Amino acid sequence: MSAPDISARATVDREHSLFLLREMLRIRRFEEKAAEMYSLQKIHGFLHLYIGEEATGVGAMQAFTQQDAIVATYREHGHALARGMSANVLMAEMYGKATGCSHGHGGSMHFFDASRRFYGGYAIVGGGLPVAVGLALANKMQKRPAITGCYFGDGAVAEGEFHESLNLAALWKLPVVFLCENNLYAMGTALERHQAQTDISRKADAYGLPSSAVDGMDVLAVEDATRKSADFVRGGNGPCLLEFRTYRFRAHSMADPDLYRTKEEIETWKKRDPIVLFEAKLREMGLLADADLARIESEIAAEIAEAVRFAEASPREPIEDLLKDVEAGPSK
Amino acid sequence: MTKLTYREAVRAAMRKALRDDPRVFLMGEDVGRYGGAFAVSLGLLAEFGPERVRDAPLSESAFVGAGIGAALGGMRPIVEIMTINFSMLAMDQILNNAATLRHMSGGQLSVPLVCRVATGGGRQMAAQHSHSLEGWYAHIPGIKVMTPATVPDAYGMVLAALREPDPVFIFEHATLYPLEGELDEGATSFDITHAAVVQSGSDVTLITYGGTLGKTMQATKRLASEGIEAEVIDLRTLRPLDTPTIVTSVAKTHRAVIIDEAWRTGSFAAEISAQIMEKAFDDLDAPVARVCSAEAPMPYAKHLEEATLPQVDQIIAAAREMVPRHG
Amino acid sequence: MAEFVMPQLGADMNAGKLLQWRKRVGDKVQRGDIIADVETDKADIEVEVFSTGTIEKILIQPGEKVPVGTVMALIREEGKPFAAEAPAVRVEAAVPSAPKSPAPAAPQGAAAAPPPTIEAGARRLHISPVARKLADELGIDPATICGTGPGGRVTLEDVQRAAQTHAPKPAEAAPELDRAARMRQAIGAAMARSKREIPHYYLSTTIDMSRAMTWLAGENLKRSIEDRLVYGVLLVKAVAMALRQFPELNGLWVEGKAIAKPEIHVGIAISLRGGGLVAPALHNTDRQSLRELMKSFRDLVQRARAGSLRSSELTDPTITVTSLGEQGVEAVFGVIYPPQVALVGFGKIVERPCVSEGQIVARRALTATLSGDHRVSDGHRGGLFLAAVERILQEPGQL
Repeated sequence: MSAPDISARATVDREHSLFLLREMLRIRRFEEKAAEMYSLQKIHGFLHLYIGEEATGVGAMQAFTQQDAIVATYREHGHALARGMSANVLMAEMYGKATGCSHGHGGSMHFFDASRRFYGGYAIVGGGLPVAVGLALANKMQKRPAITGCYFGDGAVAEGEFHESLNLAALWKLPVVFLCENNLYAMGTALERHQAQTDISRKADAYGLPSSAVDGMDVLAVEDATRKSADFVRGGNGPCLLEFRTYRFRAHSMADPDLYRTKEEIETWKKRDPIVLFEAKLREMGLLADADLARIESEIAAEIAEAVRFAEASPREPIEDLLKDVEAGPSK
Repeated sequence: MTKLTYREAVRAAMRKALRDDPRVFLMGEDVGRYGGAFAVSLGLLAEFGPERVRDAPLSESAFVGAGIGAALGGMRPIVEIMTINFSMLAMDQILNNAATLRHMSGGQLSVPLVCRVATGGGRQMAAQHSHSLEGWYAHIPGIKVMTPATVPDAYGMVLAALREPDPVFIFEHATLYPLEGELDEGATSFDITHAAVVQSGSDVTLITYGGTLGKTMQATKRLASEGIEAEVIDLRTLRPLDTPTIVTSVAKTHRAVIIDEAWRTGSFAAEISAQIMEKAFDDLDAPVARVCSAEAPMPYAKHLEEATLPQVDQIIAAAREMVPRHG
Repeated sequence: MAEFVMPQLGADMNAGKLLQWRKRVGDKVQRGDIIADVETDKADIEVEVFSTGTIEKILIQPGEKVPVGTVMALIREEGKPFAAEAPAVRVEAAVPSAPKSPAPAAPQGAAAAPPPTIEAGARRLHISPVARKLADELGIDPATICGTGPGGRVTLEDVQRAAQTHAPKPAEAAPELDRAARMRQAIGAAMARSKREIPHYYLSTTIDMSRAMTWLAGENLKRSIEDRLVYGVLLVKAVAMALRQFPELNGLWVEGKAIAKPEIHVGIAISLRGGGLVAPALHNTDRQSLRELMKSFRDLVQRARAGSLRSSELTDPTITVTSLGEQGVEAVFGVIYPPQVALVGFGKIVERPCVSEGQIVARRALTATLSGDHRVSDGHRGGLFLAAVERILQEPGQL
């Protein structure tokens, strides 16, 4: 697959471009607020921020319909927002409130929305891949046109589950798009320090999967590549793999002192901030005015403020319901 | 009533499920062309085709996880893990996904997955093919653990498990497959929540499940000849455990021996013992005894394997030790 | 070295509380000396010693409650060399609430010998939970039960067996339970055991007491006030004399066997103020004169009511006589006091019309009863025994 012709797409769809920008900004501001609330001890546990990777979450998500299934990772705030989940239920979940999408059972790493077929955040690296394969198997066996989009990071490709899943999906020609968000670090271990073959897209070759590497800082490129892959998969051709080359600007988690990479490296990548790049592109093309951006920012600020207010005001899950939902049926 | 083997009973149940419910499919290593490592699924591929009887690659994590995903996606998968030893390779999917998804999602997700797993030793398969680790599974909230020891349970538990909205693990002791028994194939309702008092007695309660039920029953015959009337409980389902049946029996006999093929330390036998301490302490007339496997990897040689596994003589000795001598 | 142990002072005694030592370490004691006072459920009892020698060591302190059989003191016997070996301290098991026995020091001059280990004093009672629960319910002190389970553990069956033979212990939950209540428990247990184990038969006869009472009236006129006799003494003596011909009624049933006793020690049922009763022995009843018997009887009643009976008086009776005539009772069908095998009951003396030589005359009549243990005797012998009692009472001058 080749890089898409951005200008051709963008000129025909200003509204969509502004939507993509808005979605990326929404994630960025949400994550910034999450970091703030974490520092204020409103949010606890692990908090993995998506800042820097917004283009992959937003761009790829455009290729999936509401009938498709999405499987994500523990760094899934961006995927959840891009899938259409409200900032309210996500913030409340991180606050551990009853109104959180998972009733406070999941926290930052385990957002779920069955109604949106958002099958959630998996916090065992690689653990979501077999599930995604199974969701695809169900679609195939039930002869539904739906497909599965499965996000994972570069760290997951070292896991056996990655290889088993690619093989099984390819063997059975299952409709799943594997979406590797390669941010170059498996936690603190750089790609070249954990992979003999650092070209992840080539790993798919061994299983006969079509694959390509995409600039993960270019939202339009991500969207375009994913749409093409999704179409390929929907056509009954079996799975394929996309490698998005991206970067996280923040540390792995709030607990990470970020000792394993240099500030220079981070600053270099920040020059390729997907939001900054896309804004510049849109301005250059005359599709974005200051007023547009101000309006978008203002609306997002209101949404985030409301999310915080909602989370603050929400009740906690009653302890009596602790055992509810361990199993189906009445709580024990 | 039909006379058939445990193996045939499992197969009959799967055949019935495959016929009755288009959402049901069987997936696992060598379940198709080979007919199942234990020939349980023999003939099903021919009858239902490769879409519904799926030979999976040696990828326990992937095909168990795929079972989870398929269950999430509306199917009713039966995943056969060839042996419990191999299930360790799928432990991440079982423990971190199958067991957690309902609760972790705040009740949004349901994983109606059935995993059938051959378990146990006694066939000279040595240290990597003889484990009895079902007790590990019974440790995990969010899944159900069944251990059919009889032909009717081998049949009924598969069908009952398929009706459960949550993951069910069925551990079939591999020595039981040739076991013959009577089956009512017309049965439609199956109790999977209660232990069975297989034999009533007044002097000591022998608590067991799965592969050691037969040895336990042999022991009761000899104990009876010595005047010791043993009550035998087949736990049937390890999780959720039917503690009331155990407590009721111990309240009557005041003595309990737990027979469990797993290792003693940290075992399910230990869990049962603890439950008895917690809920029937004042009824005990003797410390709870356990007959478990020796704490060694399973050796290959027959005499060594026999020395490792719980045997009838040990069950008898444990019961004798705690029952007062009569006459 | 002799051991002085907590004596068994009746079949229903499991444990006793040492009230005081009458002797100190170094004191010489003679066989028969009162060495200590012990409190049982029934009474405070002066306990005699059965060895002669010097008190070497005191192992139990006043206030401690210990099971029957617990070694309380060591006595170096006269004429025997100083024992070099460690004393075989045989504290079977401490009563749970009792303070631990102080460990005796190694005997002086026995440096080469290893110090004695008082394992038992510190040993926790091994008893199964259900056995402990049942023992608590039945009021049986588990420390007195012989365990037959692995390692000597007391099992449910042991408690059930013990329930057949043990009296209940005072309920620990109610330490304020008074003497009367505890005695009632003890009596209840002994009587329950009796009714459970002893196949009783009952006989009754009416004895003409006219001659005896006439003789008694004349006799008392000759006596000083303090020497005067009560008719009950005649009855007791008559019973004792009759027993010489019926040794099977004078004895004990021990471990499945009847043991006829050569001495006749009639136990006299004495009701106590505040309830309950004891039946201490009038030793060698048949050989005491009426005068001696009267004196002994008065002394016994007094001491019984004062709670200062001697241990042998409680353990020695070979038969019991109970007389409830003063209470207006006409006939007593008593319950045999285990391990005895017979009990004689007397009612009140009443005037009855009687046909004698074709004439209706008034006679003073008394109903005598025998409760017999069918394992030992039967009604034929029992009837002959009652007839003998009656015959003896017709010749009061021979008493």
